[in-house]
Amino acid sequence: MSAAARSAVAVPPVSKAVVAHAIAPRAEGRPWTFYVLSTVFVLYVLALYGPMICIYVLSFQDVRGGLVFPMKGLSLHWFVDLFTQVRTGDVKGSFERSIKLAAIVTVATVIMSFLAGWAFRRRFVGDGVVFYLMIGSLVAPGLVLSIGVGLVLHFIGVEGAWYTSAIGAQLSWTLPFGVLVMFAVMSRFDRAWEEAAYDLGATRWQTIRLVVIPILAPGLVAVALFGFTLSYDEFARTLQTAGSLNTLPLEIWTMTLNITSPSLYALGTVTTIVSFVIIAICLGAIASIQKRRAVRVPAT
Amino acid sequence: MSGRGQILSWLYVTPLMLVLIPFFVAPILVVLAASFFQSDGFGGLIADPTFQNYTEIFSSKLTANLYAETIEFTILTWLFSLIIGFWVAYFLVFHIRNPLLAIGLFLLCTVPFWTSNIIRMISWIPLLGKEGLINTALLRVGVINEPLEFLLFSGFSVVVAYVHQLTIFMIVPIFNAMARIDKRIVEAALDAGASRLDIMRMIILPLSKNGIALGSIFVVSIVMGDFFVIKVMSGGGSASVVGALYEDVGVLQYPSAAASAVVLTIVVTLLVALILRTVDIRKELTR
Repeated sequence: MSAAARSAVAVPPVSKAVVAHAIAPRAEGRPWTFYVLSTVFVLYVLALYGPMICIYVLSFQDVRGGLVFPMKGLSLHWFVDLFTQVRTGDVKGSFERSIKLAAIVTVATVIMSFLAGWAFRRRFVGDGVVFYLMIGSLVAPGLVLSIGVGLVLHFIGVEGAWYTSAIGAQLSWTLPFGVLVMFAVMSRFDRAWEEAAYDLGATRWQTIRLVVIPILAPGLVAVALFGFTLSYDEFARTLQTAGSLNTLPLEIWTMTLNITSPSLYALGTVTTIVSFVIIAICLGAIASIQKRRAVRVPAT
Repeated sequence: MSGRGQILSWLYVTPLMLVLIPFFVAPILVVLAASFFQSDGFGGLIADPTFQNYTEIFSSKLTANLYAETIEFTILTWLFSLIIGFWVAYFLVFHIRNPLLAIGLFLLCTVPFWTSNIIRMISWIPLLGKEGLINTALLRVGVINEPLEFLLFSGFSVVVAYVHQLTIFMIVPIFNAMARIDKRIVEAALDAGASRLDIMRMIILPLSKNGIALGSIFVVSIVMGDFFVIKVMSGGGSASVVGALYEDVGVLQYPSAAASAVVLTIVVTLLVALILRTVDIRKELTR
């Protein structure tokens, strides 16, 4: 059969003419809605990034700088100010604490979400309870939980700290996200791969280490991305549980209430750079895993 | 499933439960208990059961106002984030022909989600302020003679900040739901003579309903539970349920804060349950 004949069979000429005006047209003509929605999309992206870019630019002003445009000079004054001035609070310390806390929470989130996602592949007695507790933890007002944890600590007579109670409080927020991402990842995992490993004589641990984890790797990186960034920016649940030393979002909160200089913007620039580095590492890792796979299996 | 399989499954969810029980179940129960206690005025609790905290909440006109204001912000945020989120997701799924480009644009929308919410909120200040970009531009063009006051530290800026932060929670689930719609259904409908409005009304909307519900749960529960955005962006002009609760904690009035927290949690739970009636969330998420 010639190529022309084959395409004629695949796409009858009648429907081809109609599809030209369809919602998802494959032919050249674009419906007018395409141009309207493109505009909406561009405006949305502009509104999404525009304000953020403004404060990054404004954070590079010199000592005369204010909170609004026009730009006054160009220097790193406010960045130096941020890390040296006492009146802006303990930015350096809270920055370190937040990074360490996020790292711990990330590792815990990846491991716990993986295990829970693994369990949820099949039904088990009480799975509904676990599921709805998780959703509850996700939608419960953060400050209510924060106060609750504070009261629990008060009753059992333990002092909260960022490296103890705050970890648990943040996990109650990152884990539901992590497990939901695992659900999406697991739904594409074929049980046959696992069975094949068992048939070939692999132990349970070998199967997980050599088959399951490599296959799920991109999903696990995505869980790590959620774990790190959600912890790094978490505010309400940490508020009453971090003890006497602030994490970075708590520090920023205090600053928004008393600091009216571009050092606030400088802090915004610094923390966004950290976020972007993490996002780039994770997306880069996912892309490189996918690329390696594409090389190994050229047929698909 | 065999007994062994059951035990194994529970073993796998044990770490999750070891977080949820002390950091979700226990705090909620303790808050519930504390709401029936009395305060000694110095941050301590007197375990003498009373309904006083609740009667104060329900007899206070302030409570009604707080809820009215918070619910108003919730509805406005929900509406705008739904409209924007729906059309952005629709554009990405049905108008972008190149799947790689669609994923790229989708990521472009999601990147800010992974950066600090607080910073994204304050980034509106240089734009909306009295001497901000928008006022300066409008003054220069001559549309207005004096700066618009309502742009910043007002209900307007609160809604702007919320929509800016939360539209992503609409885009992701709606995008997922729409991406699962078989394009052949749309073509079949076109062949059968359906108009574009019919396709939207009878195919796209029903099939993305679950995504909309999921996004709504996120937006509603986050706005109802927030006090941060409303405090900073309203410039103190607006109060919220959680804001009032936080002030109670600030003056160590734990029992009244707890009672107010219980009422709020019930209201949020009812709202979420209402949304859940329209969709089987578990089927949607584990599929």
